Amino acid sequence: MKFAVVVFPGSNCDIDMYHAIKDELGEEVEYVWHDDKELKQFDGILIPGGFSYGDYLRSGSIARFSNVMESIYEANQADKPILGVCNGFQILLEAGLLPGAMQRNEKLKFICKQVELEVANNETMFTSLYEKGEKITIPVAHGEGNYYCDEATYAKLAENNQIAFTYTTNINGSRHGIAGITNERGNVLGMMPHPERAVDELLGSADGLKLFQSIVKSWREAHVVSS
Amino acid sequence: MYNVKVFITLKESVLDPQGAAVKDSLHRLTYNTVEDVRVGKYIELTLKKEDGDIDQQVREMCEKLLANTVIEDYTYEIEEVIPQ
Repeated sequence: MKFAVVVFPGSNCDIDMYHAIKDELGEEVEYVWHDDKELKQFDGILIPGGFSYGDYLRSGSIARFSNVMESIYEANQADKPILGVCNGFQILLEAGLLPGAMQRNEKLKFICKQVELEVANNETMFTSLYEKGEKITIPVAHGEGNYYCDEATYAKLAENNQIAFTYTTNINGSRHGIAGITNERGNVLGMMPHPERAVDELLGSADGLKLFQSIVKSWREAHVVSS
Repeated sequence: MYNVKVFITLKESVLDPQGAAVKDSLHRLTYNTVEDVRVGKYIELTLKKEDGDIDQQVREMCEKLLANTVIEDYTYEIEEVIPQ
């Protein structure tokens, strides 16, 4: 499986993402600069964390107008897996690929630590290798991770099983402790915690690796004919 | 030329942690008459005069980029300026 790591001016988790895919997951991966349009040759799209365009105006608001976004919309149409982590999640929200918006953390502090998440839905292409309700440890590093949506949107998210991860302790004031959501069709996941920084015990946790392995498993099941 | 002032505020229904922190701070300075604080953004645009509906253009800019209408409201004032 071949992954693209989309790099914006200001991305700073792109190398972690690349390392996670190449060295820990053992799949193909390439960086794609935000001005490049073409993503057709990739099977999965990864939008890493950082501060795209310096987070000017609002996190992710300027990145959504990059050239590469057109190809990301196309990849979405083609049902390819698209994962946005941290600033990547914020970009997906601003781009309208996921519902809701991001606000400053409730206590206005930048939070950088390992947190415990609960796998709220293990029936997505990103979470199938986890148990439902499994508690996993993944680090966060964000100042604007307070997920907001109105009650109607929340009801829809819950009804469609789009809530993938919740915080076991609501660290940032997110609506109902939401840490990660998928789109309705389930091919787009946005999450504030960084699974790419939890792919080896040396990093304090390897719980994020299963997320990437789940993507590969689902892709193989759909694209590789077993002999 | 036009001088456009855009004011962006969080919707009434959205909690404003920045506003709450500023309010607490004002209270600590004993300004106890302050009942509520909302923090927003102020953006100034200078626009060349062209044919077309300026009002609609500014609204589009607000909807597409300047405000995130999921959580924010916006208002604006348009003033025509004659360059000296």
